[in-house]
Amino acid sequence: MDLLAVFEWLEATTIGVVIRESLWLFPVIEAVHLLALALIGGMILVVDLRLLGFGIRSQSSAALAKSLQPWLVGGLITMVATGVPMFLSEAIKCYYSPPFWYKMGFFAVALLYTFTVRKRVAATDAAALGPFWGRLTAVASLGLWFCVGFSGRWIAFY
Amino acid sequence: MSLQILLESLEASWASVSIRESILFYPLVETSHVLTLCLFLGMTAAWDLRLAGCALRSVPVSQVVNRLFPWAIAGFVLMVISGGLLFLSSPVRASQNIFFQVKMVTIALAGINAFVFHKTVFRWVEEWDEADTIPTRARVAGICSLGLWSIVVICGRMQAYNWFD
Repeated sequence: MDLLAVFEWLEATTIGVVIRESLWLFPVIEAVHLLALALIGGMILVVDLRLLGFGIRSQSSAALAKSLQPWLVGGLITMVATGVPMFLSEAIKCYYSPPFWYKMGFFAVALLYTFTVRKRVAATDAAALGPFWGRLTAVASLGLWFCVGFSGRWIAFY
Repeated sequence: MSLQILLESLEASWASVSIRESILFYPLVETSHVLTLCLFLGMTAAWDLRLAGCALRSVPVSQVVNRLFPWAIAGFVLMVISGGLLFLSSPVRASQNIFFQVKMVTIALAGINAFVFHKTVFRWVEEWDEADTIPTRARVAGICSLGLWSIVVICGRMQAYNWFD
């Protein structure tokens, strides 16, 4: 199967064409993508800071993660819902863009990691877990999501 | 017109030209500005969602505000530094851009909103720290903050497009 042919077909979809031909649509979708970025970034940071021993230390990471979960999930859904149309409008450019492929790779790993390892660690009692594993989990989470954001921004440059 | 002359001389300065013509520095500053949104606006979102009663309801308001405060301030400082460098790279174009102007006014309004909140309803936070019903003033401050900062982000993004140049 020729992947480039798939990307050419994606770029020719109605959504891709409509966004490409509009002056306003791409920037507006992009702005919503950024608002959702701030939201998920904040929701991830509050829990990761707690795992690192900073921020809202009076609460358990389990309580914080549970309360912020709907906003994290809502933010991620918004990210995908705005990211996909932007991708469709320039699928062929993305095919040739190394940052795009890095972003997709990091995103897949970050998403999997957040809803498996990190979710379980954040829900575990801190005393039973010990500070080391909590910190390691947070550092890996911050590193992964940083790579997603960083490579995402660089799709515009390469 | 002295402001115009100031902006033009700023644009002709070595620092401005260096940022504008750099291959890596400019995109790195821009990326820092975008990613620091997570730190600054992320913490602000946590505050505002708490004040609006939409998240962290079991955590006292004063804890959410005070313990995230240093992180939000650090984020704001990074935003101002990276934003200042971006402005420095093209001060004439930026200052003439309607989105930039709206963005600056909206930041001032968000600042006033935060200042008023801290000087009024937050001063007697002990009375409603863990209350089921959040005072209307605090709720309104949180919702206004969310709205104003969203406008700031939207204007910031729109500014990069050259529709009004």
